[in-house]
Amino acid sequence: MKTPVQFRLNGEDVAAFAESGANLLDVLREVVGDLSVKGGCWQGSCGACTVLIDGAPRLSCLTLAESIAGRSIETAAGLRRGAELHPLQIAFMERFAAQCGYCTSGMLMAAKALLDRNPSPTREDVVEALGGNICRCTGYEPIIQAVLDAASGDRRRRA
Amino acid sequence: MFELRKDIFADERDDNLKEIGQPTQRQDMLGHVTGTSTYYDDHRIAGLLHLKVLRSPHAHARIRSIDDAAAARAPGVKRIIRAADVPVNLNTLLSLIQFGKDDEPSLANDIVRYKGEPILGIVATSERAAIEALGLVRVSYDQLPAVFDVEEALKPGAPSVNATYPKNTFEYHGKYDHQKLRYGDVEAGFAQADVVLEERYQMSPIEHAPVETNGSIAVPDTNGRFVVYTSTQALFFSLDTAAKINAVPSNQLHFIGGTVGGGFGGKVDTMTEPLVILAARLTGAPVRYRFSRHEEMQFGAPRGAERIYVKDGVMRDGRIVARKVRAYFDSGAYTRLSSYAVVKCVAHIPGPYTIPNAHADVYCVFTNRTPATAMRGFGVTALDFALECQMDKLAVAIGMDPIEFRILNAYRDGDMKAHRREAKNCALIECAQVAAEKANWPLREQFRRMSSRIGGGADRTAAGVDRSRAPTPAAPARTAAAAPQRVAYERPAPPAPTPPPARGAPPPPPSPPAGSTHGAPRFSSVFGTRRR
Amino acid sequence: MAKHRGRGVATINYPIGMNLGGDPSQALVHSNPTGKFTVTLSSIDLGQGMKSVTRQICAETLGVPVEDVFVDTADSDTGPHCMGSFASRGTHRVGNAVMMAAREARAVMMEAAAEELEVDPADLETDGRGAIHVKGAPHRSIAVRDVAIAAQFRQGRTIAGRGIFLVPLSDVDAETGEMTPATCYAHACFIVEVEVDDETGDVAVLKMTSAYELGRALNPKLVEQQLVGGSWMGMSHALYETPEPYYPDTREGPRDFNEYLMPGPGDICPHDVAVLERPASDGPFGAKGLGEMCANPVLPAVANAIFNAVGVRVNELPITPEKVLRALKARGGAVPARAR
Repeated sequence: MKTPVQFRLNGEDVAAFAESGANLLDVLREVVGDLSVKGGCWQGSCGACTVLIDGAPRLSCLTLAESIAGRSIETAAGLRRGAELHPLQIAFMERFAAQCGYCTSGMLMAAKALLDRNPSPTREDVVEALGGNICRCTGYEPIIQAVLDAASGDRRRRA
Repeated sequence: MFELRKDIFADERDDNLKEIGQPTQRQDMLGHVTGTSTYYDDHRIAGLLHLKVLRSPHAHARIRSIDDAAAARAPGVKRIIRAADVPVNLNTLLSLIQFGKDDEPSLANDIVRYKGEPILGIVATSERAAIEALGLVRVSYDQLPAVFDVEEALKPGAPSVNATYPKNTFEYHGKYDHQKLRYGDVEAGFAQADVVLEERYQMSPIEHAPVETNGSIAVPDTNGRFVVYTSTQALFFSLDTAAKINAVPSNQLHFIGGTVGGGFGGKVDTMTEPLVILAARLTGAPVRYRFSRHEEMQFGAPRGAERIYVKDGVMRDGRIVARKVRAYFDSGAYTRLSSYAVVKCVAHIPGPYTIPNAHADVYCVFTNRTPATAMRGFGVTALDFALECQMDKLAVAIGMDPIEFRILNAYRDGDMKAHRREAKNCALIECAQVAAEKANWPLREQFRRMSSRIGGGADRTAAGVDRSRAPTPAAPARTAAAAPQRVAYERPAPPAPTPPPARGAPPPPPSPPAGSTHGAPRFSSVFGTRRR
Repeated sequence: MAKHRGRGVATINYPIGMNLGGDPSQALVHSNPTGKFTVTLSSIDLGQGMKSVTRQICAETLGVPVEDVFVDTADSDTGPHCMGSFASRGTHRVGNAVMMAAREARAVMMEAAAEELEVDPADLETDGRGAIHVKGAPHRSIAVRDVAIAAQFRQGRTIAGRGIFLVPLSDVDAETGEMTPATCYAHACFIVEVEVDDETGDVAVLKMTSAYELGRALNPKLVEQQLVGGSWMGMSHALYETPEPYYPDTREGPRDFNEYLMPGPGDICPHDVAVLERPASDGPFGAKGLGEMCANPVLPAVANAIFNAVGVRVNELPITPEKVLRALKARGGAVPARAR
């Protein structure tokens, strides 16, 4: 039994048929075709599938697809505006904050949720925001630095 | 903080390079930050089927019967894959390099040897349908006694784990249940030593835990071939293994991978490719076999645990004169790669130190747990833990600074190693000096001036080597000490050296093995300095 | 009840490539008609930076800018054989294969350029910026792009090269263990400072200081990535991780990331790294490898630091608070060693 679900994905209207009980991760990847969202545990323990739902970071593997009808989803695929990278993407590159890259999409979205609500986070704020996302390669420090860089870069641009 | 110490060993390098040494951005970084890097599962394939595997709930059991009739009728189920469907249902990973005997089935035939061993596969239209159908399979087992401890497994009467190796040990050289290392005479070394210390160390198993789990997708291609998208760490290794198990020519398989979400050794074992290809062959449809996190954590091969006994003999002057190691690698139920790691471990003994008498027996042991495999530092990580904890204890036992103790015993260019090859291109001493300096860990002058290079220390000739212990002709390198010595790099003015602990004259070193260029002379040069 | 600080050290070396050798890798390099190069491999990039480091090796060897090279891996139909990404073999084995292939391609490129400039190929050099000129006469120059066009459309040459690197398989003696395990070794010294809570048994890692010798840091940022990430994994192995907390008892094993412990972003500490370069005679530009050994010294250094802090030895990994507390109880409480 499939259910039609309409939502906004990175600013575009999307309509998809979801199996009843399907999670948002599977619907985004396998129905809509947004492969920037990664699955790492399918049980809400690794953070790789983090997306923003109405601006809040959520684990798409634990989110019922039917529950997002009418809501706005942001994924890593939508961070870039045309050819222009998001400040977080630039900072992640400059800090070499990815190795295998598999956790990166989730990290970026968790970080974006933080910076969207707190443009001047402390290191502790960043650590807290990334605490649900597992990275097995980097040792986290470059990622923390990248998020702090992106925040201070934003402040510089506004100044 | 990260610094390149270009000043050290500068005379051995040509730094006139354009691209090498540059902090160039990673080729894959833009893909990573935009979520566009293509991992094995990032292919949208129409009509994709899903393979899930029934796993043994017992660590050791005989399969009495399997009833999969209800599963075969379950919604969405396209095919049941049984052991009899696997064309070549016995393999060992290193058969490709002719090391070891085939010992592991892809699907268990009559006996399961670890909790989680695959018994049967179900191909269905969704993962969920496959998992639900697995719940309908009825298997009856006769449980068998199991063994989990490496030393218990070697005792007479222990349950036999692996039919190919019924005595629970891998076979080396067609005759031994372990790999040996024999260098010098350790018993003579212990007899001579001032302090003898024997300790037991236990490594834990470790889960690789890459954020991307193991998986692969097989897609029937035109011309009877199969495209296989895979998370493997070793493309042809997996391709050839899959071809062997499926009894197909290797050029029927077209493997695509190369962008992998972490591995750390956990994606070498080719755990999904053979069965997913078989599933695609049997159904004629594209099939994905992706480990859940639970499967990855519990049934994906972990780093094996090693138990290591180390016995060392050390002199009060700091020289280690004997090191004896007995180690057991827990391979789990099948060989995978542990047999190889045992030899790598033996090669690593006695660590990066020049010790005139070394002895080791290292065993690859089968137990009823998930087969172990390679992980970052394979064969060496646990040994380094044991040896470096041991080094710390020895230093405490003789009252020596632990870094100075290591520098004193560090191998240097021209030393003979226990596996009977001459050391070259050494740099342990320099690493110790730099790390100590960065950490404000005081080292006495003579230890700051030592070098890994021939001659061993800037003060060697000046301080007056005891010529009676000068190198034998077998070690001409040592007599080349008159060659210009080099202070490795500029150091801050040394703090006033702390007075060394009172020591008697060092006893004569043990006789090195014939032909060895290892020698105690460099030690006497150090202590000769002190005696004056 | 108190918190005690201590320092521990470990020094290690690590063999590069599969033990005993016998692990080949191949590479292909070719130019497109306008002088941009592709390296074709079957080697795997699982985060360590295979694509990036082979790209720099190829560019350096060809004498062209790194932007003019891309690495294509891994496709078994196009990429030649590689043993795999393990055993710290990627930089050394694959790097050497890429160098050999790039040298062969460069030789053709220089012959084609010589024909265009009507000089001897031995008189030419690359400038690393996309041009080839006569040694000592930079004005007598031709762009690599024009060389490639000439080679393809006028001269009928393939600017391409094949490379393989193999350390021949050696034997191991059954009785003595005599063998040739590896051709080169990387080195490290690792110092770690910890704080041990003698009430909870909890161990916090406060600071790491290290020196690694790797032959050649082909890309210092990639080296830093591995060393920082690897030391995190070493700390994790030392204090946190196990799928069998009561090994060899198989019970109580974690099943997922909620139960399998690893240090999170709040558990990390500063790591002060120095890198030394003593080139290996058979490494690409002297490079060895660091993918595995970066984690190894951390485990014993942490154990030794705990001893230094509270006077107990835990010989079984991981060193959980439970084990520290049991050892403290057996010892009759914390006995800090002389401060380091």
